[in-house]
Amino acid sequence: MIRNQEQFDAVIKADQRIESDDWMPDDYRKTLIRQIAQHAHSEIIGMQPEGAWITRAPSLRRKSILTAKVQDEAGHGLYLYGATETLGPDRSELLDLLHTKKQKYSSIFNYPSPTWADVGAIGWLVDGAAIMNQVPLCRCSYGPYGRAMVRICKEESFHQRQGFQIMLTLAEGTNEQKAMAQEALNRWWWPSIMMFGPPDTESVHNARNMAWGIKRYTNDELRQTFIDASVPQAELLGLTVPDPDLVWNEERAHYDFGEPDWDEFTRMVRGEGEMPAERIRTRLEAHNEGAWVREAAEAYAAKQQRDAA
Amino acid sequence: MLMTATPVRNTSLLTHVLRHGDRALVLAQRLGEWIAHSPELEEDMALANISLDLLGQARVLYTYAAEIEDLGHDEDHYAYWRDPEQFRNPLIVEQPNGDFAHTIARQFLHDVYAVAHWEAMRSSSDETLAALATRAAKETSFHLRHSRGWLVRLGDGTDESHRRMQAALDAMWPFTSELAALDDEAQLRAAGVVTDGGVRASFDVAVASAIAEATLTAPAPVMVATSSGGWNGAHSGYLTNLLDELQVLARTHPGASW
Amino acid sequence: MSPGWPLWEVFVRARRGVSHVHFGSVHAADNETALQAARDLFTRRQEGKSIWVVRSTDVVASDPDDEGELFDPASGKDYRLPTDYRLPPEVDHM
Repeated sequence: MIRNQEQFDAVIKADQRIESDDWMPDDYRKTLIRQIAQHAHSEIIGMQPEGAWITRAPSLRRKSILTAKVQDEAGHGLYLYGATETLGPDRSELLDLLHTKKQKYSSIFNYPSPTWADVGAIGWLVDGAAIMNQVPLCRCSYGPYGRAMVRICKEESFHQRQGFQIMLTLAEGTNEQKAMAQEALNRWWWPSIMMFGPPDTESVHNARNMAWGIKRYTNDELRQTFIDASVPQAELLGLTVPDPDLVWNEERAHYDFGEPDWDEFTRMVRGEGEMPAERIRTRLEAHNEGAWVREAAEAYAAKQQRDAA
Repeated sequence: MLMTATPVRNTSLLTHVLRHGDRALVLAQRLGEWIAHSPELEEDMALANISLDLLGQARVLYTYAAEIEDLGHDEDHYAYWRDPEQFRNPLIVEQPNGDFAHTIARQFLHDVYAVAHWEAMRSSSDETLAALATRAAKETSFHLRHSRGWLVRLGDGTDESHRRMQAALDAMWPFTSELAALDDEAQLRAAGVVTDGGVRASFDVAVASAIAEATLTAPAPVMVATSSGGWNGAHSGYLTNLLDELQVLARTHPGASW
Repeated sequence: MSPGWPLWEVFVRARRGVSHVHFGSVHAADNETALQAARDLFTRRQEGKSIWVVRSTDVVASDPDDEGELFDPASGKDYRLPTDYRLPPEVDHM
């Protein structure tokens, strides 16, 4: 039973789970609410860059796959809002925080998706990076979040595989398709690397989140693992990773790589530019234009309850 | 099952199959436009589900069409390489989404028809169509549960939702004229391939009852068209725009695989 | 501002012979739409054959503060377990 800090610390130290009716430090609760909600926001904003290609998917199979993938992302948002709600806030409050920019979403979705190959690159690299971040979260100390992540991880694997399959088909296709694939890789490589966050030396909350069992590996550890896995995948595709400093280091048994543009990362995180405005605008439009629909459902339900009483 | 019959009957079967494949594809495309834009996340899930079911039905039908035509086509040929005048969907499915009420009116009217159609087609003498009907009847029943549910909730919700739902029903109503058994399928009917007797009658009953429950006013009855526009390739500019978007990428790279 | 759609807890039974398991939650305005939402969210990969939805406010939960008096007394009563009984080998299969 967790009713105080000492008991909480003991459960964390034993690598066991905190559940929704346990006492927990205010900071732990607040950190989790922010992290899980922002993860949920990322899923639903993430529906936009790929969702835009559903109507133009170039085969019926790809159209079905992409629709199912984007549907999964809505589903992931729902699992995560549900997990956040176990900590107190209602989904409507969380959406409000997204709409007023008091909570963020992953800045990876502030990049545009101008071609079909971007759909492939997003699946291969962005979902690939997300998987790497997410697998350790399945063992997060907070029970409802860890369990939501287990469900998400099961579904996410198909997301990366379908993306890679798109890239493979393009890379083995016409010259135009090959060029499309290479250009998409050029656009998405660095943003994907930066998905793991700033270098460990500059990461503010790393130590505390790791002590709380919310974070299991450091940003740099995950980033290195991702690069080591992705470079051979790019080689299989016959595409060139847009990093002139990328080279296998025999001694370290890892790839050495160039320095990401952390200024661009900061600009993206701050939500500067046209695309972030468009992402929120699209979300707000759906929310606002849907208000009368949601209200109608509530009104109908209220009438039914009155009549039943 | 491929019919070893006169060319006229084969053409009729092909036309019938394309009519329903196109109906499913065009409606799936419209629903795809809602994803990430619908009134609630649960609704994004629901509309995506309906779209996926319809895509699945279209793919089975187009694959069957390819088998009937026997010209080496595949499912994508029918979706991406035909022009608007070659499409055989009823006009209702190409109508734009409009607001959520318009989408629900279109979906509800379509679903009542589709459920009746697929339930009846379970007795088709054509094995492929009968097998598809068994699956499609279940899928479409769930779609109808969703669309009828919204018709009632919007009709009997708030003043605003009632007003919008009535306007949407009125707007979609003229297109119900096509949702009936077609005269030019008489031979297929005689052969037991098309078993859609009673579809319009059950459509009228189901629609009337839902409209009443939704506290809406039934629009004036339409002339039921037994041979008709959309089913025969006469479409509006809406279909041209829809197909432009659907086909653009595939057509930009002829011969490419995806 | 409207209160929004209430929260429902979702339980799914995978197949015959197992019990319903808590899968998560959905927001819906009423029973029927809660069931549909649960079906669309939680059974796309054939995860289940039966769904229960319960308004979250209808779930009665034990108070964590009562954990001691509710659950500790069950310890120290091993006479409820078969392993607490030593019998001759010839009849030990009981």
